[in-house]
Amino acid sequence: MLAKRIIPCLDIKDGQTVKGTNFVNLRQAGDPVELGSAYSQQGADELVYLDITASHEGRKTFTELVKRIAATINIPFTVGGGINELADVDRLLAAGADKVSINSAAFRNPQLVDDIARNFGSQVCVVAIDAKEVEGEWSCYLNGGRINTGKNLFDWAREVCDRGAGEILFTSMNHDGVKTGYANEALARLADELTIPVIASGGAGAMEHFRDAFTQGKADAALAASVFHFGEIGIPELKSYLCAQGINVRI
Amino acid sequence: MDVAIVKYNAGNICSVVNAMRRLGVEPLVTDDAERLMAADRVIFPGQGEASTTMAYLREHKLDRLIRSLKQPVLGICIGMQLMCSHSEEGDTDCLGIFDATVKRFMPLDHADKVPQMGWNSLTDLQGPLFKGFKGGEFVYFVHSFYVPENVHAAAKTHYIHPYSSALWKDNFYATQFHPEKSGEVGERILQNFLEID
Repeated sequence: MLAKRIIPCLDIKDGQTVKGTNFVNLRQAGDPVELGSAYSQQGADELVYLDITASHEGRKTFTELVKRIAATINIPFTVGGGINELADVDRLLAAGADKVSINSAAFRNPQLVDDIARNFGSQVCVVAIDAKEVEGEWSCYLNGGRINTGKNLFDWAREVCDRGAGEILFTSMNHDGVKTGYANEALARLADELTIPVIASGGAGAMEHFRDAFTQGKADAALAASVFHFGEIGIPELKSYLCAQGINVRI
Repeated sequence: MDVAIVKYNAGNICSVVNAMRRLGVEPLVTDDAERLMAADRVIFPGQGEASTTMAYLREHKLDRLIRSLKQPVLGICIGMQLMCSHSEEGDTDCLGIFDATVKRFMPLDHADKVPQMGWNSLTDLQGPLFKGFKGGEFVYFVHSFYVPENVHAAAKTHYIHPYSSALWKDNFYATQFHPEKSGEVGERILQNFLEID
């Protein structure tokens, strides 16, 4: 049976991890390769590296970093941040990334989803969607919540699925950083309406939140950052817990 | 140890190069017949579509070459599918090393997503690739087409139904999953491939 996946997410700025200073036994706490390796050894099923650098120089640094990650890490990894056109996807896949995650570029140019799927296969195309529920209505936002696209979460998710996205990475802005659990109702609706895997993001604060994302939210994978970076939840104990709860995970 | 990786129009070859380097082997990526024949090991990896990759192999006379190899050969993902006799993907005649037809996953219910993407486990392990394995080990898959259970199965996996997740016949070995992306378990499989007597 296909296992539910646990995915730590690392934010990268100028080639260094932004969060994650609390991680033990690392020679260089800020080194994304070493942090990713540590997660991989602990049993992470995949990694996501998000480049939050704004500058052109930083982008070059990130591509070099992707090469180092690919040379070192023996599990799949996704890269995102600053991907605007097919050439960016080509560059990152050539550097060794397994998948790319696109967000605002897909809103600006939805055809990019079709183009990535046709040129590289759906399996490399993760579409990240940040959405917020206001008065019962889920809308998609950009730029950390500053721009309301006016698009409904479920309509947009269906559209990118039809265009050839391989996975949806759904972050609930209502739940992100609050640590009270994932947006399980919206997740379950996405899982019911889509024919591609859904990765839950935003809200993990305790081990039962992961369980609920898989059972109530029907998610295929759960992503988290700070609970892993700050050592609040260890991946081995999380996997043992999920296994004991009857969830199929890779141990 | 000379390890050659078949160079053709399929993606995802660099991750196999990286995996070999992690095992201390610098592989040669080539479509040169003499170099492929002279290598101690040949890896036939890739991601891609059956009809276009098969057309490329024929055009470059790599089809006959791969069939004629005598050293241990390892097909990965589309490489394994191309080593079978036929694929439903593009209704393609393939290399015919394994007497099997590659079929498309047909979902039985909404939870069955195609492609299968992620970690799934191995059972019914046979042969030197899985030396030291107990069964139940997880490996990483990304695929929409599969090889049904058959006499050449070296491992089985369950997704929608049981299927062959690895094959073995004479000097030809193949995995539907990506050992180069399957953590320590995948590294053991690649190491076992290098250590075949």
